[in-house]
Amino acid sequence: MTRQQVLDLYFMDARCKLIELAAFLDRVERSDGEADFRLAAIREALPLLQSVQQDKAKAVLLSLSDPTNEPLLSAPGKGACGAWPGAPL
Amino acid sequence: MRYIEPHAHMVSRTTSDYEAMRLAGCEAVCEPAFWAGFDRSSADGFYDYFCQLTDYEPKRAAKFGLPHFCWLCINPKESEDMVLAREVLALIPGFLERPNVLGIGEIGLNKNTRNELAILEEHIDLAARFNQLILVHTPHLEDKLKGTKLILDLLQADSRIQPGRVIIDHVEEHTVSLVLDAGFWAGITLYPESKATPARAVDMVERAGMQNIWLNCACDWGRSEPLAVPQTALEMRRRGHSAKAVDDLIYGNPLRFLSQSPRFRIE
Repeated sequence: MTRQQVLDLYFMDARCKLIELAAFLDRVERSDGEADFRLAAIREALPLLQSVQQDKAKAVLLSLSDPTNEPLLSAPGKGACGAWPGAPL
Repeated sequence: MRYIEPHAHMVSRTTSDYEAMRLAGCEAVCEPAFWAGFDRSSADGFYDYFCQLTDYEPKRAAKFGLPHFCWLCINPKESEDMVLAREVLALIPGFLERPNVLGIGEIGLNKNTRNELAILEEHIDLAARFNQLILVHTPHLEDKLKGTKLILDLLQADSRIQPGRVIIDHVEEHTVSLVLDAGFWAGITLYPESKATPARAVDMVERAGMQNIWLNCACDWGRSEPLAVPQTALEMRRRGHSAKAVDDLIYGNPLRFLSQSPRFRIE
């Protein structure tokens, strides 16, 4: 596809998701209490979108991933939350 | 359009979903053993589940002319309990001769623990001893990268394992090359929120090539879409991919991998 065709197919969808993200940040910021590591993880990922390099989706996924290599001694639970909270204390 | 759904948890779906998949062109459905959403209290629960996968579910699918196949294991979410896991592992050989069993899966990791790794290694050994295909689940979200690396290390450490007989599922942009470059097959799972959307799946296929990749919906009891594979086929056509390219990806590729099992036969 040409760049124009990609824009024709996907611009409105990307615009919608961009505004949803902006509205999410507004919603979090006007709410009370402390944020946890997930908000910081999103803020750290946002500048990656400005890169002129390819692989922006990969870079965002890597920024949200556990970068360690050692297996855990035991499972802290069953679920995943979408961002790495950092090394256990 | 025709396609094979290589990964769907149909025990969690309604009979109407079988009908919708068939109407959309599904030629066969394959169901890996997985977590029920709760921990089973004993190996007896798994015995019943394996009977459901090998007896009841094929009959339900057959009502719509849909061949049903399955994979057997204890999933990583329940393998933290190693006593239970080993009791379930001991059950599996008794089911491997059933006519719709394709191999061992979906094994893998969830939270990347030592116990999960130990049980994964025992599943790999079981598959090697019984010459079974392997379907691997990679962890969710922030755990996927680390888990994929640990899984690859374990598979590559066993000289009996042929990468071409192993599919590593739920790859995303940060893991797809790790899997393909090591010679394994890669599965892209289509989910509304986590894993991949149709657009991202097509992006990955366009960049990584169509060789040794399959698409699947992995529909289950959570938010998921049983028609995600044909929806992604539509996404490919919107981008100008040919009907043959679509057929190669959603029918030819799973057919090529799954036909390594003598039990996978469709008309």
